[in-house]
Amino acid sequence: MESVVRSPESVEAEARPLLQVRGLKTTFSLRGSFLDRLRGHDAGVVRALDGVDFELRKGEVLGVVGESGSGKTTLGRTLLGLAPASAGSIELDGEEIAGLSESKMRPLRRRLQIVFQDPHASLNPAMTIGALVADPLRFHGLVNEAQALRSRAAAALERVGLAPAEQFLDKYPSDLSGGQKQRAVLARAIILDPDVLVADEPVSMLDMSVRAKILELMLALKDDLELTYLYITHDLATAKFFCDRIAIMYLGKIVEIGPAAEIYADPKHPYTEALLRAIPEPDPRRSVPRDLPRGEVPDAVMPPLGCSFHPRCLKAFEVCGWESRDLRTLLESRWTQMSEPEFEAERALIGDLDALDTPATECVLPAASGQTGDEVKGILDSLRAQEPDDPFWTGVETVQSEPRGIRVTFRKNLAPRDLEQGNARVRCHLYDDEALALAKSSPASR
Amino acid sequence: MSGAAILSLRGLRVWYGTEGDPVRAVDGVNLELHSGQTLGLVGESGCGKSTLGRSVVGLLPEAAAIAGEVSYEGRDLAGLSPKEMRALRGPDLGLIFQEPMTRLDPLVTIEHHFRETIRTHEPGIDRKEVRRRSLEALAGMGIPPTRFEQYPHEFSGGMRQRIMIALALVLNPKVLVADEPTTALDVIVEAQILGILADLRRNFDTALLLITHNLGIVAEACDRVAVMYAGKIVEEGDARDVFAKPAHPYTRELLRSTISLETTGLHYIPGAPPNLIDPPPACRFHPRCPSAMKVCADIHPVEVAPSPGRRVSCWLHGPEGQIPPGGTAPLERGEIALAEEA
Repeated sequence: MESVVRSPESVEAEARPLLQVRGLKTTFSLRGSFLDRLRGHDAGVVRALDGVDFELRKGEVLGVVGESGSGKTTLGRTLLGLAPASAGSIELDGEEIAGLSESKMRPLRRRLQIVFQDPHASLNPAMTIGALVADPLRFHGLVNEAQALRSRAAAALERVGLAPAEQFLDKYPSDLSGGQKQRAVLARAIILDPDVLVADEPVSMLDMSVRAKILELMLALKDDLELTYLYITHDLATAKFFCDRIAIMYLGKIVEIGPAAEIYADPKHPYTEALLRAIPEPDPRRSVPRDLPRGEVPDAVMPPLGCSFHPRCLKAFEVCGWESRDLRTLLESRWTQMSEPEFEAERALIGDLDALDTPATECVLPAASGQTGDEVKGILDSLRAQEPDDPFWTGVETVQSEPRGIRVTFRKNLAPRDLEQGNARVRCHLYDDEALALAKSSPASR
Repeated sequence: MSGAAILSLRGLRVWYGTEGDPVRAVDGVNLELHSGQTLGLVGESGCGKSTLGRSVVGLLPEAAAIAGEVSYEGRDLAGLSPKEMRALRGPDLGLIFQEPMTRLDPLVTIEHHFRETIRTHEPGIDRKEVRRRSLEALAGMGIPPTRFEQYPHEFSGGMRQRIMIALALVLNPKVLVADEPTTALDVIVEAQILGILADLRRNFDTALLLITHNLGIVAEACDRVAVMYAGKIVEEGDARDVFAKPAHPYTRELLRSTISLETTGLHYIPGAPPNLIDPPPACRFHPRCPSAMKVCADIHPVEVAPSPGRRVSCWLHGPEGQIPPGGTAPLERGEIALAEEA
């Protein structure tokens, strides 16, 4: 049952990528409340994909890895035209497919197929397995005759290991185990002989003891049918095994992309590094380190300024995008470590914290009524004395005491750019000489 | 482990009624949990681990029948009235569920959740004391006091799970059952929560039963591990020992099947976990077991202790005297048909 899965040919790339994605954006408008809509207020947009560039070469497996909210699922859906691209281009064999109407997109789905995470939800419980698997042939008008549909379904089922097919053709999804259902879903995806298969968490819902079997089947299908995979997952461990290249996504952007071997051996982006370190290994002698990024993926409606990972990044520095909301996070984290009376006493000195919620590189933290800026500044000074090495302080340019509060100005930030690092591409200021130089420059020279 | 167990299960069986034959979700389980200990209960979906956890806190659905003994501090919980059980649940027996999104009431604030939880068990307590204790529990989970008056929807998934843990801990339960507490969370948040659970083990006397399908989490957070297959505990022992030297073939194969960053070859267990309406006879793992012997298909395995603090139910470990002549010959069987495969 052991097997070596990677064949060298599969990594070979041809000159022109099968799929070329440039500057792809997908945004979703928030609807807001009924009153907001009546008043004509815009509740904002979520940039699920915020400028994604990559290419998919024929025969390769590209892993798209990220946490929930990273945009990885939206990426798969946008490629298939299931979510609308709002900007950018998707070229399939040189032909633009972004923004095509449903009627023009539909024939192209013979070449692009998708497998979803939940096999139970992907199969209509009222149809037999035979009818489900053959349905794409009927839907695309390729085969209409019942006997032909049945024999094509049987061949596809046998191909995915559901053999003898006669045992499965007339069964219903509820008669199958989870692994068998995912096999049936794969059979349906390959029956049109597609070029690209987008697999969105195909093994996440399956038991540990059968995951490897489905991954092995997918690799065999890829070699036999000359498929190209976009493997979407949150799981860097399966991706390591399965993928030739890896793209790491965070809040709608690819922050690092490169050959899998390089990403795992030498992760460049601090986020990639954190993801790798956080995986609990089944080995009690080793434990997950504690110095992991704090907090969670922030709200994509108002992403952090500068690099959107900076509030959680342990290596963030002067120009990464420090702003008012980071000050609030820092204050709240201090109060979390205090006893209740200490917190109440300190909280009583500061006014409305919501003043910090609008992202800004210059902000006023108000004093409570009857208090002055000096009291508030005292809190900030003790905070700084307590955590002098917190990366936040690198981004603070000035703190001025005013009668009604303190004015905090932050260093000028830069948006991270894509940078070539070896065979990888990484979007992080740590590798940007310009950003490093700007960080070093003294306030006077700026 | 010295001293009396705070929680012990003896011969626990739980069945669910179906239209046909009953599902035997838990089928004769013995298990002990001690104060200050974290026991990982690991198994695949449908092995009965969640049912076991729910039977401990008396939250089985009405269609379930329970037999055997669940003993908490020497008291058999099976004989308690629903009212008595409710009084225990919270201050004595806490529970953390898998989906933090659905377990908080969206219409009331976090403050209200805490007030209701504490006052249910300590009716006379004043508001100030509720606030003090709640903020302390929340701070332990890294939730800032400034957010005490907010509603559940204002928190992220990971924060909601921390709030759930804080709600369970604010009553300082002696036994805490956590059913897949990190499964719905992202990997970095999962690591944060596992860190919190590890601190819990160090700083409190709480006995934690951590139910998970993820061996990595057991390795990370647990002192002991019990491996469950098809309604039975097949192996139990110190987590380090069991991971270093699994005694049961199922444990061994499950460890090999787990895909981690260290994985160099894909491995899987043939076949699929059995349904519990009509499980295989004798050893329930024998149809999938690469080490199966003739006896495994005929006679239920006997639990043995291969070393102190370890137990395993597998004929490979004897007792030899009870294996009939010729029973150790390899089990001959046809290739498991792919039709049986997952």
